[in-house]
Amino acid sequence: MEKRSDYYDDIKTIKKIMEESSRFLSLSGLSGLFAGLSAVAGGLVAHFSILKYKSLFINESLTNLSEKDFAPIKIQLIADAAIVLIFALAISFYFSYRSSQRRGHKIWSPVSQRFLLSLLIPLVTGAFFILVLFLEKQWQLIVPSMLIFYGLALISAGKFTYSEVFYLGLAEILTGFCAAVFQGPTVLFWIIGFGFLHIGYGLFMYRKYEG
Amino acid sequence: MKSAILRLNKLFENRVRLGIMSVLIVNDSYDFNNLKETLGVTDGNLASHLKALEENNLIRVNKQFIGRKPNTSYSITDTGASLFRDHIKALEDLIKSQ
Repeated sequence: MEKRSDYYDDIKTIKKIMEESSRFLSLSGLSGLFAGLSAVAGGLVAHFSILKYKSLFINESLTNLSEKDFAPIKIQLIADAAIVLIFALAISFYFSYRSSQRRGHKIWSPVSQRFLLSLLIPLVTGAFFILVLFLEKQWQLIVPSMLIFYGLALISAGKFTYSEVFYLGLAEILTGFCAAVFQGPTVLFWIIGFGFLHIGYGLFMYRKYEG
Repeated sequence: MKSAILRLNKLFENRVRLGIMSVLIVNDSYDFNNLKETLGVTDGNLASHLKALEENNLIRVNKQFIGRKPNTSYSITDTGASLFRDHIKALEDLIKSQ
């Protein structure tokens, strides 16, 4: 006859296996923290060095520029954002890899594949949409679209990882809408959405699950 | 209502079977190798328990080819899902009642 502790062990095993086989749990809070810090750094570079302190009125200051003056600024902003993106991706991959090694899990598993697929579909859709905005010179909608599509991607992927990712997604969408409505301080919303939200989320997750 | 002890399903007493059912109840389907890895058991051990669950109509076997490699995946049947939920409920009731 089983004892109470056996029943308890059974339930614990069931819950653990259910969770580990359906959720990608190798995301580290540290990824969020460093991705956020790099976004803040990128935003500050855009404000001080590329836009020369004019980022709070980005539309007014850019629409007055001639095509010739605008072209180098455009390239520098793209390069700035691309560096932040690459750094954030690399750091997320590094911490996820480290965390999966520690847990003794494979990083390429049915769960991580589902997680990535549900993340990438909205993200790639957003990337193409932003490319269209770029070609159509709809500058003012680019940052709001980044935030909104990124938020949708997190909500979609949230089903396959920590449930807190879902709420981070909601916050990103909200920030994106604010950026769309208040179009002046675009860079500020970029720093809030990709910087502060990630830092807050990263610290929260680190303390909750890893601290 | 039957007492919780009587509602425990003998088929799920084994740890490997419990593990298989736990994976399949939250995943549409799972293949043999990934099950083996998730549960940390040997081929022979896993195969024999899968067979037992299949014979009792608790899980379903889907054989297909991915490229040229044969791939066997498993999914839970409605009967399996409902019996496993009853089993979990009985376990929880036992813990609560004592």
